[in-house]
Amino acid sequence: MSTDASLTPPEQRRPPAVTAFRADGGSATPTHAATFPQQPLRPTEAAKPVTPDKVVVRNLYFFYKKYEALHGINLALRDKRVTAFIGPSGCGKSTLLRILNRIYQLYPEQRATGEVMVDGQNILDPKVDLNLLRAKIGMVFQKPTPFPMSIYDNIAFGIRLYEKLPPSELDERVESAIRRAALWDEVKDKLKQSGLSLSGGQQQRLCIARAIAVKPEILLLDEPASALDPISTQRIEELIGELKTDYCIAIVTHNMQQAARASDYTAFMYLGELVEFDETEAIFTHPKNKRTEDYITGRFG
Amino acid sequence: MNPYARRRLVNMTVLSLSLAATAIGIIWLAAILWTLLENGIAALDVDFFTLDTPGSGSDGGGLRNAIFGSLIMTALGTFVGAPIGILAGTFLAEFGRGNPLAPAVRFINDILLSAPSIIVGVFVYEAMVLRMGHYSAWAGAVALGIIVIPVVIRTTENMLNLVPGSLREAAFALGTPKWKVIVFITYRAAMQGMLTGVLLAVARVSGETAPLLFTVVNNQFWQGVAMDAQMANLPVVIFQFAMSPDHNWQRLAWGGALVITFAILILNISARLLANLRGFSK
Repeated sequence: MSTDASLTPPEQRRPPAVTAFRADGGSATPTHAATFPQQPLRPTEAAKPVTPDKVVVRNLYFFYKKYEALHGINLALRDKRVTAFIGPSGCGKSTLLRILNRIYQLYPEQRATGEVMVDGQNILDPKVDLNLLRAKIGMVFQKPTPFPMSIYDNIAFGIRLYEKLPPSELDERVESAIRRAALWDEVKDKLKQSGLSLSGGQQQRLCIARAIAVKPEILLLDEPASALDPISTQRIEELIGELKTDYCIAIVTHNMQQAARASDYTAFMYLGELVEFDETEAIFTHPKNKRTEDYITGRFG
Repeated sequence: MNPYARRRLVNMTVLSLSLAATAIGIIWLAAILWTLLENGIAALDVDFFTLDTPGSGSDGGGLRNAIFGSLIMTALGTFVGAPIGILAGTFLAEFGRGNPLAPAVRFINDILLSAPSIIVGVFVYEAMVLRMGHYSAWAGAVALGIIVIPVVIRTTENMLNLVPGSLREAAFALGTPKWKVIVFITYRAAMQGMLTGVLLAVARVSGETAPLLFTVVNNQFWQGVAMDAQMANLPVVIFQFAMSPDHNWQRLAWGGALVITFAILILNISARLLANLRGFSK
């Protein structure tokens, strides 16, 4: 995997896609590789400095029982950038996100084929340790999901899973995670209270704090603000902007303004396919694909 | 008649019928409780709780040995049945998905849940009493335990299924191993519901007579915790005393019935209160 095409600078990546893909050893499912011999889609670069690819998805197919929900997705997520996934309901954007930490595997009837390379390792490999993978890839869900325990324990729970810290250090880690999630001032006097006692927006920030407390490298946000009021939404979006200095962030959203505001790159998905993937500004100002244009101008969706 | 008037009439009729049905149910319950109070309260005095069952024809006495025997066998039965029920309920709710064994277990459990308790008594008679050669409190506790199991399995599974899947996903998404998700997240979220289920099971078995008739029978004397012999217990004592022509025995049977009914009432009320405290609403 040392010659992984995705890690080379963009200008060297331009040559014929077929060769570039085969150069990496072509470990994707043979049939798919034969029918979709293409390089992962990548946004064209303009002014922003290029960061390395953190996640590279190749020929990704996904099935709910017999139903094929994703039809060969190819794309790359850059490190320390926010990539937004937009598209109408049922287009597969949440499905794609749920593959990246293999949370779909809780349900035996769901399966994925293809390749998802994270730091050069294919995480769809059955040998991958799911617990370690998920500790490295944090996820925040649509509905806030505080655990039925105190605010403090909500954060400490994840830390305790993989680290044995003396109490004072644990306190610091909990505090810094809550501060990072812009929640500290609101909860610092009631850390012993139940996490369920917080408001919806606070609960969601608690979940973000819980996710970053275990020091993941990638954050997956599945419509994190769709159940929140505008003020809470704004706070979450600001938070995403701050967090991207440290993480590779993927966010699924139904809200196109949110994608436009909060992300660096935007992927438009439709009916299980990746239609267009580019810098957010490009997608929203001059989309190349007719369907993208129709969607962002509100002609369907 | 216009449609609106007709709808009102139908509404009134059905509402009255529903109220009448409810009233019929409640009237009988009230009548039973009233008769019980009227006849039972007279039997309750200090002797009732401190003396043992008297012989036929003698005056006075109490139900100390029977109350104690019921307590200890119910406790032991719960101690045996509740953990098995909780573990099996956990299997159904947390590991049952896609497992062909789960629907089979669920089906058999439903049968066990509605099986007449006398069958359980006969089963334990065959399985334990005959083999040991004598009736014993152990056999009684096992029979009660067998009745506890299906109740606890059912409530545990239902309560765990009420825990939102998103909460489990959130725990798994942190990299939590499955056993920790179950013990620290889902159990905690379903704790009150599961406790309620155990309390309801206790209430269910504490009045069971049939399984005890085949396993412990009765004992006229105080024997402490000597479990390897026949032991006095409230349901069987009430059964025998109430059937006899002895007035003193009949008086004690009323008292015993009152005690057991109110114990079950209190258990049920506690279960309700616990259920209302639950962190997750349906």
